[in-house]
Amino acid sequence: MTDERRPATMLRAAAVSRSFAGVVALDEVTLELDRHEVVGLIGPNGAGKSTLVNVMTGFDRPTAGRVVLAGDDITRWPPHRRGRAGLARTFQHARSFAGLSVRENIEVSALGVGVTTAMARERADRLLDLLGLSSIEGVPASILPHGAERLLGVARALATEPHFVLMDEPAAGLNEAEVPAFAEVVRSVRDDHDAGVLLIDHNMALVMAVSDRVHVLDEGRTIAEGTPDEVRIDAAVGSAYFGRGAADAADE
Amino acid sequence: MSFVQLLIDATALGALLALVAMGIALVFGVMRLVNFAYGELITVGAYTLVLTKGWPIVLRVLAAFVVVIASSLLMEVIFRPLRRATAATMLVATFALSFLLQNMFLFIFGPQGETIEFLAPLNRAIEIGDLRIRWITIIAIALGAVLLGFMSWLLGKTSVGLQMRAAAADFTTARILGVRAGRVIMLAFVLSGFLAAAVTLVLAVQRPLATPNYGFVVLVPALVGVVVGGLGKLVPATLGGFAIGFATVVLGDLLPSGSRVFLNSVLFAIVIIVLLVRPDGLFTGRTGVAERV
Repeated sequence: MTDERRPATMLRAAAVSRSFAGVVALDEVTLELDRHEVVGLIGPNGAGKSTLVNVMTGFDRPTAGRVVLAGDDITRWPPHRRGRAGLARTFQHARSFAGLSVRENIEVSALGVGVTTAMARERADRLLDLLGLSSIEGVPASILPHGAERLLGVARALATEPHFVLMDEPAAGLNEAEVPAFAEVVRSVRDDHDAGVLLIDHNMALVMAVSDRVHVLDEGRTIAEGTPDEVRIDAAVGSAYFGRGAADAADE
Repeated sequence: MSFVQLLIDATALGALLALVAMGIALVFGVMRLVNFAYGELITVGAYTLVLTKGWPIVLRVLAAFVVVIASSLLMEVIFRPLRRATAATMLVATFALSFLLQNMFLFIFGPQGETIEFLAPLNRAIEIGDLRIRWITIIAIALGAVLLGFMSWLLGKTSVGLQMRAAAADFTTARILGVRAGRVIMLAFVLSGFLAAAVTLVLAVQRPLATPNYGFVVLVPALVGVVVGGLGKLVPATLGGFAIGFATVVLGDLLPSGSRVFLNSVLFAIVIIVLLVRPDGLFTGRTGVAERV
C-alpha cells in the first residue's frame, strides 16, 4: 500500500468522487496538502467543500477514489483513528461539550489521542494562550459567544498535535476586528505547530491573505488551483465564483 | 419526634437514595439508558449476604462488592447490542431484565424472604439528650457524604472523569475525538455497581429480610428522584434522589398517623406538580433547556 515516492508528510485526496442518491457532490477531485502549507478551499455554496472535508476526515466514505495520509490508505479508517494518525478538523457547528469548561474541552481532546493528564493540561495552557482564551478558561463552553466557540474548535483540533488540520469555516462568526488575529493563528499553526492547514471559509480576504495555494471547487469539480494571485485572475473562477458569489461571500 | 431527630432520619434516607440515583444517572449519562434492572443489583447484593451467612464480616462485604460489580458488568454486556437502539427499546429491555431477575429470585429463594443477619447491632441507638440516633443512620449519612465526595472528585478532577463527562454531554463527538467509548461505558457500570453494593450494605442492616423485590422498592423512589432532579445530569439527578428520600421521611412525620397510607400519593402528587412547573428537573438551572438542544 505504501507508495515510497510519495513524501511521507502528505495528505492526499486522490480522484475522490461522492454521489448522494445519484446527485454528484464530488467528481474526481484530487487535492494535496503538505505539512508547512496553508491551502485555501473555496467555491460557491454547494460546491462540495464540506463533503470533501468529510471524506478526508472519515465522516463520509467516497464512492470512488482514495484518501492517503503519509503513505497509508486511510479511506476506510474511522475519524478517531485518523485523529491518532495526526489528522484533525474543526466543525461548522462547533460541537463543543456543553457541560465542560473551555479548558476541559481542550483537555479532553488531547486525552482522546492518548496523551497523559499532565501533557493534556500543558497543551491546554499553551493553546488557551495562543488563541487568547485564557481569561475565559473556566467558563462553560455552552455560553460562549459564536466567535470564541470557533476559536475553541481550533484549540480542540490543535490539542491533538495534528500534522494536518482541516478547518471548516472557522472564521464564520468572528467580527472584522477579530479576523486579522485569526489569520495569525492560522499562520502560527503552519509555522509553529508544523501542521498543514486546509482552510474553508467564505471570508475571501482571509483565505487569500493566509493561503500558500488555493483550490477552487464548483459543482463538485476542481476548476482552478494555484497561488492566490493565479486564482484571482483565473477566468473560470471569475465567472463561477466571484461573478455570482462575491456578494454572498461579502455577506458572510 | 423532635425536629432535629426528623432532620437526621430524613438526611439518612436522602443519602441512601442519592447514591441509588447517582448509580442510575451515571449509566444514563454515557448510554442514555434508564436501567430499571438497577434495583436487582441491590437484590443480588442482599442475597449474596444471605448466602455468605456465617462468614467473617470482611469477607461478606468483599463478596457483596465483587458479586454486585460483576453483575453490573454482566448487565453492560447484555445491554451492549442495544447501544444504538431507541430510548423506548432500551427502557423496555431493562424492564424485561428487571422482571426476569425478580422472578428468578422468586424461583430460587421463594416469596417468604430470607433473613440477612448482617451487622444487626448497628440498629442500636445512641441517646444524646432526647435524640435517639441509630448507628446505621450515622453510617448511612457518612457513607453517602464520602461516596458523593469521592464521585465528585473522580468526575471533576481526573482524566477518566473528564472523559466520562464529555461522553455524557455528547457521546458521538466524544467518540470522534478518540474517547474510548467502550471503556467509558464499562467504567460507568463498574462505578454504578460499586454504589449499588454500598447501598446494599446499609439497607441490609436496616431491612434484614431479603425478598425478590428487595432492590426494586428502593429503585422506584430513586428513579422518581432522578427524573425530578433532572435525568440528563449527574448532580441534579443525585440531588433529586436526596430530595425524594428527605421528603419521604418529612412527609411521613407531618401526615397524621391515620393518613400515612397516603404517603406515596401525596409524594407523587408533589412530583407531578414539580414536573409541570419544571419539566427539565428541579435542579437543572436555567441553562438546562439550552444545553439539551
